[in-house]
Amino acid sequence: MAELLTLREAVGKLIRDGDTVAMEGFTHLIPSAAGHEVARQRKTDLTLIRMTPDLIYDQLIGMGCARKLIFSWGGNPGVGSLHRLRDAIENGWPRPLEIEEHSHAGMANAYTAGASNLPFAVLRGYRGTDLPNYYPTIKFIDCPFTGEKLAAVPAIRPDVAVIHAQKADRRGNVLMWGIVGVQKEAVLAARRSIVTVEEIVDRLDAPPNAVILPGWVVSAVCEVPRGAHPSYAHGYYARDNSFYRAWDAISRTREGFLDWMNRHVMETRDFAEFQRSALG
Amino acid sequence: MANTDYTADEMMTIAAARMLRDEQVCFVGIGLPSAAANLARLTHAPNIVLIYESGTIGTRPDILPLSIGDGILADSADTVVSVPEMFRYWLQGGRIDVGFLGAAQVDKYGNINTTVIGDYRKPKVRLPGAGGAPEIATSARDILIIIRQTPRAFVERVDFITSVGLLDATTDRRALGIQGNGPAAIVTDLGILKPDPKTRELTLASIHPGITFAQVRDSTGWPLKAIEGLPTTEPPRPDELAALRDLNSRSKRADEKAVT
Repeated sequence: MAELLTLREAVGKLIRDGDTVAMEGFTHLIPSAAGHEVARQRKTDLTLIRMTPDLIYDQLIGMGCARKLIFSWGGNPGVGSLHRLRDAIENGWPRPLEIEEHSHAGMANAYTAGASNLPFAVLRGYRGTDLPNYYPTIKFIDCPFTGEKLAAVPAIRPDVAVIHAQKADRRGNVLMWGIVGVQKEAVLAARRSIVTVEEIVDRLDAPPNAVILPGWVVSAVCEVPRGAHPSYAHGYYARDNSFYRAWDAISRTREGFLDWMNRHVMETRDFAEFQRSALG
Repeated sequence: MANTDYTADEMMTIAAARMLRDEQVCFVGIGLPSAAANLARLTHAPNIVLIYESGTIGTRPDILPLSIGDGILADSADTVVSVPEMFRYWLQGGRIDVGFLGAAQVDKYGNINTTVIGDYRKPKVRLPGAGGAPEIATSARDILIIIRQTPRAFVERVDFITSVGLLDATTDRRALGIQGNGPAAIVTDLGILKPDPKTRELTLASIHPGITFAQVRDSTGWPLKAIEGLPTTEPPRPDELAALRDLNSRSKRADEKAVT
């Protein structure tokens, strides 16, 4: 049964050094506040999984929290490069970063396999690309029925999944809507999970077939208003495109990045204080 | 430079939009493909079905999204599905007529690189990576690519095949079990390239007004050929230009409003 915790308690209790952590959210509902808290608690040696490692993983990689990244698209959407990710890959700063690269289809299928308790996923993918030449985690198998050659990737089974959603009730049932990405699969594939929400309410009042994670598959629910910023929460606030653009300058140099992180993230207590500090 | 009534980018976007047909199902990449696909929807293809990999199906944004998952895409969609469902049921399911992609680098055979410049293990430039493109490139029936033409972007051989085009002179996509036809056309700011039916080599099939063949050749990293009787692309029509400029200014205004 999900516990209702503060984000600081949840990260402290559920994420350990060396864990494999999947923080998901496809442009929408990105768990930014949770990413900050992982940095604040100086978690280290993490294997980070995320289809689209954008600003939150740029921050964690730049702060040296990660030893490995498994991903399928690593950019600042609509803006350009992730400078901290590039610096880690190209120059090993602040520490060498091992990478494992996939396509979106490969990762989405690998999460589905994890949620389904299967050892691997099968898809019509990766054909003709160079990725399988570099990663033994992308292989081709023959369909036992038709002989068709299909790609196989191992299931993603994170120690911890971290997502952001719109609402939870007091029993920890989580409701999300809009672009829901792979969040449901990530939580079901993981051993433990943290869900931050815009608000905790008495009743979800959701229609049947709404995307709901029952409280009994979630470890902790934390109320963090605006916890997805600069991403967005459909029905609550819009994507802060100007912050994504600003991040390009903030993260461009190591010094500028560290200064910003120290001032606004490491030396603030929580996401509310961060927002007052960084966003005025 | 003959005509200065429009920019090279406008010509490119309009030429690309014209390649889409009404009622096609188009899987759209963000950026240049998204601009061209929405222009098609706002002009000659009002019933085109636009799909973005974030899960939005049949979306009709009135402004151009900055990211692949902006709220406007969900708000204006017929339905929004999860990312696994998007890639499994809709793309792999064989429901896409046209995959519309951008690229950092494209080669003579239409192979796309969005991964690294230089050696993969020691990249000179690390690019964002694959995203949805590898499976779009093989599962969609046809592929359109839109990219600005420079010698750095148009290379003899890509450093890394992120998403496969027509491979090379001898290997057949079908032999690799790939279903889609691959690149039908590459639309640039200088012209339109199409694969030669025999050699598969990308060949200049149309040149934009005011551009010389020498200019296109000098912007290409291999000895570019042109088809016989090379036609000139029809210049942007007033209705096309007006629709594109309206779309761009609406998008810019919305963006500036959001910054406040």
